[in-house]
Amino acid sequence: MSITHDEIKKIAHLARIKITEEEADAALKKLSGILNLIEDMKKVDTSNISPMAHAQSVSQRLRDDVVTETNQREKLQKIAPEVSGGLYIVPQVIE
Amino acid sequence: MKDWSIKEISSLLREKKTSSVEITTDYLQQIKKKNPEINAFITVDESRSLAQAKLADQRIQSGEGDVFTGIPIAQKDIFCAENWLTTCGSKMLHNFVAPYDATVVKKFNEVGAVNLGKTNMDEFAMGSSNETSYFGAVKNPWDLSRVPGGSSGGSAAAIAARMCPGATATDTGGSIRQPASLCGLTGLKPTYGLVSRYGMIAFASSLDQAGPMAKSSEDCAMMMNVMAGFDTKDSTSIDHKKEDYTKNIDQSIEGLKIGLPKEYFAEGLDGDVAKVIEAAIDQYKKLGATIVDISLPNTNLSIPVYYVLAPAEASSNLSRYDGVRFGHRTSQYDDLMDMYCKTRQEGFGEEVKRRILIGTYVLSAGYYDAYYLKAQQIRHLISEDFKKAFQSCDVIMGPTAPSTAFKANEKIDDPVTMYLQDIYTIATNLAGLPGMSIPAGFVNKLPVGIQIIGNYFDEARMLNVAHEFQKATDWHKAIPEGALS
Repeated sequence: MSITHDEIKKIAHLARIKITEEEADAALKKLSGILNLIEDMKKVDTSNISPMAHAQSVSQRLRDDVVTETNQREKLQKIAPEVSGGLYIVPQVIE
Repeated sequence: MKDWSIKEISSLLREKKTSSVEITTDYLQQIKKKNPEINAFITVDESRSLAQAKLADQRIQSGEGDVFTGIPIAQKDIFCAENWLTTCGSKMLHNFVAPYDATVVKKFNEVGAVNLGKTNMDEFAMGSSNETSYFGAVKNPWDLSRVPGGSSGGSAAAIAARMCPGATATDTGGSIRQPASLCGLTGLKPTYGLVSRYGMIAFASSLDQAGPMAKSSEDCAMMMNVMAGFDTKDSTSIDHKKEDYTKNIDQSIEGLKIGLPKEYFAEGLDGDVAKVIEAAIDQYKKLGATIVDISLPNTNLSIPVYYVLAPAEASSNLSRYDGVRFGHRTSQYDDLMDMYCKTRQEGFGEEVKRRILIGTYVLSAGYYDAYYLKAQQIRHLISEDFKKAFQSCDVIMGPTAPSTAFKANEKIDDPVTMYLQDIYTIATNLAGLPGMSIPAGFVNKLPVGIQIIGNYFDEARMLNVAHEFQKATDWHKAIPEGALS
């Protein structure tokens, strides 16, 4: 399995990471090495084997639908890069 | 500076022969002296540690103390601790002051333990050498030109250089056991779900597990008594009955059946390390154990499976770092997309970006079945290997890592070689089994660890098996040259 320069730029965009041409070139070699390592899985016949998502086969717990947390807006927004009037500020999205 | 164990400090405090303030002051001085060359701590806050120690002394004076009250330990910087800088070794969180305590931190606070500081680590716990930290590499106290292992290398180096008697750590593919092996320490990765993940910054959620690191099995057992327990705030926490891990630690291990997987002694294992492991197994025979030859046929597949599943989970977990609610935000941007992309370009280091890209790739349209689903199927096979093996033995033993501590910069430019460091540790994370590393000897003055893998929730037995070895040997008592001078 090989990966191309353009594919790296595409997945970097999907992952929302800005990547320069030089960085994409550097990543190409190393990612190809890792993907080759992963290719070893292809040798194994896994038909009829169920996938294992978690180590313990337990189902998701449910709890009563009641409020358990208190409002901590001020405390949690104190560490935000930019807030105004209790809202997180980001660049304008809709004209 | 004396080389105290957690157990000794606990007795001295209970007998009022010393105070928590006195012991904490000693360790803070040792940190001041040793940390500049080792770089094991990212954050130290003397006044806060001493304030905690004073409160602990008051509790002990009034007779309210627990066995852990007043004992100073260090916290890996992956655990959120309220009002402490919590960086996870990343520029992305260089300014993140946690607004709440992780359950593990809360539990130590509740028993009155003292937090000596936050230990250095590979960025977002991705690494086996502690060279990927934004806050600089950690040095191995046994040889400053070598790595301490990773990702809990800061915790390991801090204990090895006697800057703390114990520390918390986390293990996604070997991050407790491998640094414990490379630094001559005892470390335990518990069964998945036994210790709460709440407030522990997520890397690969289905594999991440917190555990203790200390000098002896006894000390790890004391830490486990604090750390383990069901937590409704962790959706995969398991409601397992509360155990006292120190209770049966002294039991004889006569008749113990030790499984030796042939795959753990195959090509790739350093010959001198193999000899140390064989000598340790002989010691176990003298203690009354019998040896069973077993096979874990899918061992070699654990690395490819891990490097699909862990990056896939990481790419999803790390999508939260967008520069909006906390952490780093780039200073100049044109629009929202540009802000996201530049923030993440600047905030993440090379290895973290690499894993996010791999994860994004294997989860992207058209590749899901070939990679992610396939890896989950093989994960099932790996887990079945262990199930079968445990039908004929009580514990499994082998090397923790294929070699002793390697030189700094030796593997950092070759991710695939670095990933092979975890060949013996990753499979237990995939299966969710508990694993431990204890000191077994030395090769060229560098520590070697033997790994003990147990069945689900068999931590008490593993700690007993480790303790019996430590009663008969002195490897865990060795101190790096100059650590106490």
